[in-house]
Amino acid sequence: MTISSSTAVNFDPPVATMPRHRKLKLWDWAPYVFISPFFILFLIFGAFPLGFSIYLSFHQWDPAMGLEAMKWVGLENYIFVLGDDWFRQSLWNTIWIAIVSGAPQHLIAIPLAFFLNIAFGHWRNTVVGMYFLPFITSTVAIALVFNSLFSREFGVVNQLLTHLGHLPILEWVFPSTNIDWTKPEYVRWQIAFVVWWRYLGWNTVLYLAALQTIPRDLYEAALVDGATRWQQFWHVTVPLLKPMMFFAITLTLIGNLQLFEEPFILTGGTGGIGQVGKTAAMHMYNTAFVESDFGTASAVAWLLFLFIAVLTWLNNKLFNHSGLKDH
Amino acid sequence: MKFSLKRSMIALMLTIGSTVQANTTITIASFPDLDRSAKVAIPLWKKKYPKIDIKVVSLSYADHHNAMTTALATGANLPDVMAVDMGFIGKFAESGGLEDLSKAPYNGLQLKDKLARFSIPLAMSGTGALSAMPTDIGPGALFYRKDLLDKAGVSEEDLTKSWESFIEVGKKIKASTGAYMLASANDIKDIYIRAGLQDGEGIYFDKTGKVLVNSPRFEKAFQLAKQARAAGIDSKVNAWSNEWSESFKRNKIAAQMMGAWLAGHLHNWLAPDQKGKWRSAVLPGGVYASWGGSFYAIPKKAKNKALAWEFIKLMTTDKEQQLSAFRTVDAFPALLEAQTDPFIDQPIDYLGGQKARRQWLETARRIPAVDVDKFDPVANEIVNTELEKVLEQGKDIKTALTDAKNLIERRVRR
Repeated sequence: MTISSSTAVNFDPPVATMPRHRKLKLWDWAPYVFISPFFILFLIFGAFPLGFSIYLSFHQWDPAMGLEAMKWVGLENYIFVLGDDWFRQSLWNTIWIAIVSGAPQHLIAIPLAFFLNIAFGHWRNTVVGMYFLPFITSTVAIALVFNSLFSREFGVVNQLLTHLGHLPILEWVFPSTNIDWTKPEYVRWQIAFVVWWRYLGWNTVLYLAALQTIPRDLYEAALVDGATRWQQFWHVTVPLLKPMMFFAITLTLIGNLQLFEEPFILTGGTGGIGQVGKTAAMHMYNTAFVESDFGTASAVAWLLFLFIAVLTWLNNKLFNHSGLKDH
Repeated sequence: MKFSLKRSMIALMLTIGSTVQANTTITIASFPDLDRSAKVAIPLWKKKYPKIDIKVVSLSYADHHNAMTTALATGANLPDVMAVDMGFIGKFAESGGLEDLSKAPYNGLQLKDKLARFSIPLAMSGTGALSAMPTDIGPGALFYRKDLLDKAGVSEEDLTKSWESFIEVGKKIKASTGAYMLASANDIKDIYIRAGLQDGEGIYFDKTGKVLVNSPRFEKAFQLAKQARAAGIDSKVNAWSNEWSESFKRNKIAAQMMGAWLAGHLHNWLAPDQKGKWRSAVLPGGVYASWGGSFYAIPKKAKNKALAWEFIKLMTTDKEQQLSAFRTVDAFPALLEAQTDPFIDQPIDYLGGQKARRQWLETARRIPAVDVDKFDPVANEIVNTELEKVLEQGKDIKTALTDAKNLIERRVRR
């Protein structure tokens, strides 16, 4: 925007000499024609669904009945959702999983990226690629693999644990019988573990990219001052990583609060016993496709959106407060 | 020059027009394995209507029903014939987006006596419209491993006498073979809540929409499930999960209650190596229940309704077609005429030469015509959640059922 307006000022003939009603030639339309595909696609696939879902959230609608069956109910859907135990529980599950899987991601990804940046030499890209692999693999495939790893009777995890449990000294630490990972107390941990494993590489790559923008001189200067590796990491790397930390944590926040595929497949779509692994996005899906209540599902979607917006804003405040703006 | 061009253009347009007329295509939207029976029908259809093509569009089970929901919502991309599974028939029948087949020119109810008695009411909406025609039914059966029963020294009669004896047998089998009697204690609940229903009664709701969950039927069902869990005879896996199919292969499941079509699944992929070891029995405690079934419907906005109806009639009331679907995809015919074919009395190798189809037919004849409700899936989800709380967290059954009732009432907002 700024560029085009400044060029207009610099290169256009003075306003006075311009004809008042210049006829637009076919030629003048060209830029609009060329840029139109984006706007047309955006209107169809971006703006319209957004608008429609807001409109829908004020209606009661079973889609199998056709568009004519929409019934205006005002704020009723929102009131219903806010008073709904299932929604509140799913929101709580989502936050739990978001924190338990999200926080360790960053706590490990930053030192890991620092380590990868100085170690491995020529092999670095290969190692980074391996860490990145879970991120680009299909979620469904990952969830299915973990599903069979954590299978109670036949899973590798249980076989390993019980095997260790039968060894002389380790029998105090490890279980001797198979653990049922679908029990309510384990389900959330299981989901959080898979999510943590999946996005660790992604965050590492983000931090690695940021590390490479830190000028080498700073480290050299630190070295001259006699700083140890740890001091370099703490006083040079971490402060300069802050903008990327803000970015990466924001992405984690948004991503983890919209979590759907992993818990959906790991719990067979039910959310597990007592629905302890049912996330807000799963609740939305169930409301829409099991209960055929698209109006309420849209209301859930917008409440979730508001919730994510507030948390992102808080995150922004927090980082500004800790001096993001200085950099 | 110009003139001839114009003339050839007209000629071209005419040929296009006539080919379109001659080769109308009707679209059938379906899901696996049901799509195979539609494909099997094509030669038969071509004999009757050589100039009309059939296009079978097939999506996975869940995708198909979601796609049909959105198609009905927008009125776009609707097929001429829509296959609907039992799990969705209540929802689709109430939707009003489907043709009422009881009215002229279809007059589908005139065919009522030709079809399994309980199947027609499933496709009827609360207002008495017939939204779909049944093509296959799923009489419920108890499949069990004869070899494991022999090893435990128990008989089929012990298994099916009553639910209490069923649980006792389960304990013996678990002790002597290590196999579980049930995939999930939930299965018992699912069957028991269908026990003893009369024609016209609903599972979760009565005709006026009253929630029936807080009743002795559900209480007993929950108690039995709890007993089974306490006895340790259920392996706590959900049907159709990886763990479930693996359990069959590794001899960890001694019995499974499902529709008669499970025999085909066992044979084809769940446990192909266990040929001859499985048998089919009636459900314990004299319960007759239906497990699924498939229907064909015509959307109100379909283009070729007359042809669609012809196709549906072929799929649902043609003996040859019903039998070929029976043979190819184990779809138990809804058409009574097809149920009298000698094929019914052919022994099934996989079930150790048992003439199980005869047994399934006997079951089919006793299944009550249960009333389905649009909100059945909602009620089902809530009841399952409450049952889990009873089984896993020791919640009191009466409290759980009262909670379930309140939750259902709240969610369906009646």
